[in-house]
Amino acid sequence: MVNAGDTAWVLASAALVMLMTPGLAFFYGGMVRSKSVLNMLMMNFVCLAVVGVLWALFGYSWAFGNDKFGGLVGSGEFAGLASTIGHFVGVGSASAPWPGSDALPATAFVMFQLMFAVITPALISGSIADRTKFWAWTAFVAGWVTLCYFPVAHWVFAFDGFTGADNIGGWIANTLKAEDFAGGTAVHINAGAAGLALAIVLGRRKGWPRERMRPHNLPFVLLGASLLWFGWYGFNAGSALGAGDLAGLAFTNTTLATCTAVIGWLLVEQFRDGKPTTLGAASGAVAGLVAITPACGYVAPMGALAIGIIAGALCALAVGLKYRFGFDDSLDVVGVHLVGGIVGTLLIGFFGDNDVNSAALGDNGLFYGGGIVQLGRQAAAAGSVLVYSFVVATILGLVIKATIGFRVDEEDEVTGVDETEHAETAYDYSSLTTGSGSGGVGIPSTATRVESP
Amino acid sequence: MKLVTAVVQPYVLGEVRDALERLAVLGMTITEAQGYGRQKGHTEIYRGAEYDVDLVPKVKVEVVCADELADKVLESVAAAARTGRIGDGKVWMTNVEHIVRVRTGERGADAV
Repeated sequence: MVNAGDTAWVLASAALVMLMTPGLAFFYGGMVRSKSVLNMLMMNFVCLAVVGVLWALFGYSWAFGNDKFGGLVGSGEFAGLASTIGHFVGVGSASAPWPGSDALPATAFVMFQLMFAVITPALISGSIADRTKFWAWTAFVAGWVTLCYFPVAHWVFAFDGFTGADNIGGWIANTLKAEDFAGGTAVHINAGAAGLALAIVLGRRKGWPRERMRPHNLPFVLLGASLLWFGWYGFNAGSALGAGDLAGLAFTNTTLATCTAVIGWLLVEQFRDGKPTTLGAASGAVAGLVAITPACGYVAPMGALAIGIIAGALCALAVGLKYRFGFDDSLDVVGVHLVGGIVGTLLIGFFGDNDVNSAALGDNGLFYGGGIVQLGRQAAAAGSVLVYSFVVATILGLVIKATIGFRVDEEDEVTGVDETEHAETAYDYSSLTTGSGSGGVGIPSTATRVESP
Repeated sequence: MKLVTAVVQPYVLGEVRDALERLAVLGMTITEAQGYGRQKGHTEIYRGAEYDVDLVPKVKVEVVCADELADKVLESVAAAARTGRIGDGKVWMTNVEHIVRVRTGERGADAV
């Protein structure tokens, strides 16, 4: 029987998570130079368009269909989505057989999960800012979600008996029993590892690291981080798939970890650099949100406070790694998403507390009397996703590089990818390039319209 | 005729304008400029990476005036722009050979 309250919350959550991708676009867009901001926004925005189509055609089915190859990927039973109309998802019990007493319409779940599949490849784009061919990136997105995200989402998010009475889910959630409430492994480690791979495949930007490339619009960065924080309530509390206790706990933990992560990042900056920065506050918030993502439904509020401050401080230190190892992960996808995802996933092994979540399949963490069993499972899940995503992204990146080319040539990179890839300029504040009548001083425009034939 | 050019701190622009008005200098051209002299720049920090920003914002003021007024203009602009701190800028003077007032076609001193 469909639970109307739960359904309303999941639909609203899907819309909240949708807003995260444009939010991420502004978070990233503010950090690049002004000549690449449109390209950065486009690399994120196009994920909505491309992944939405693939999700309907086969992506949802591969992620949530009945298991096919021993836990590797779902079957094609929901391809085209026709079989989700009038279909339900839910948990059966002895008294209420599947889909149970609190079922959701399958279509609401399809759209909620789509937004996760959209933002995950979008996260990768930050590692290759300022130098990427738009269509090559689009091809990568299509290939990577097909070969990497859909299978990994199946491993982590598809629970036994949820999308069908006898449907078998993925191996990380059901066999390994590693806990990942909203996507520390499937989303953040997955995207972070692919980001590292692409930063290496594409190579450094011209002039990096000698020439420092400072963010062109920090207000955009803070605005984007705030939109992410807002949307993340759908991501995390929505992952309870119901409007009850668990959603409230996930909401609470999401808030608390983000608060302490901001403080943690700013304190590291104060002690190391002498100043607390706006970019640090925005980055700390995102690091906290990333780290609490896998844990928000498995830890108590005091655990969330601890996870946040650890993640904020560690990620603030981790963003320096690229200079030490010499890879140009331009916007710190590795330092924030890979490291933050690993921190959150592993800390469940310390702070996991089954008293807060009766549905949890795993064991208590170290600090709650559970021994190291769960920590081992968490490490196995994190490591598996990291290695798989890194390998797939490297191969896919090399194939694209060898065929259509992944990065623009040097001259185009110097000119700026907004102009060379999109034939646009983001900002036109100068009266010298504005036609008369647009509020400028009316000097004849240097941008003269060319009539199309 | 002389051209007096001053590159000064942006926030002294008001004082410079007032000083020129007291001399009955009625026109000037302002340009937003960037540069450095002995002041050099400053350091910014993004995610722990230090950036040396060596160009600092300045305002360039240009005034064309009659020869006999030029020394006074130069002195009063310099006095108005002076804070005594490093980065106050420079004022200099050059000769102007010809001037035409575009609207009327007047030339020389009449055009100033």
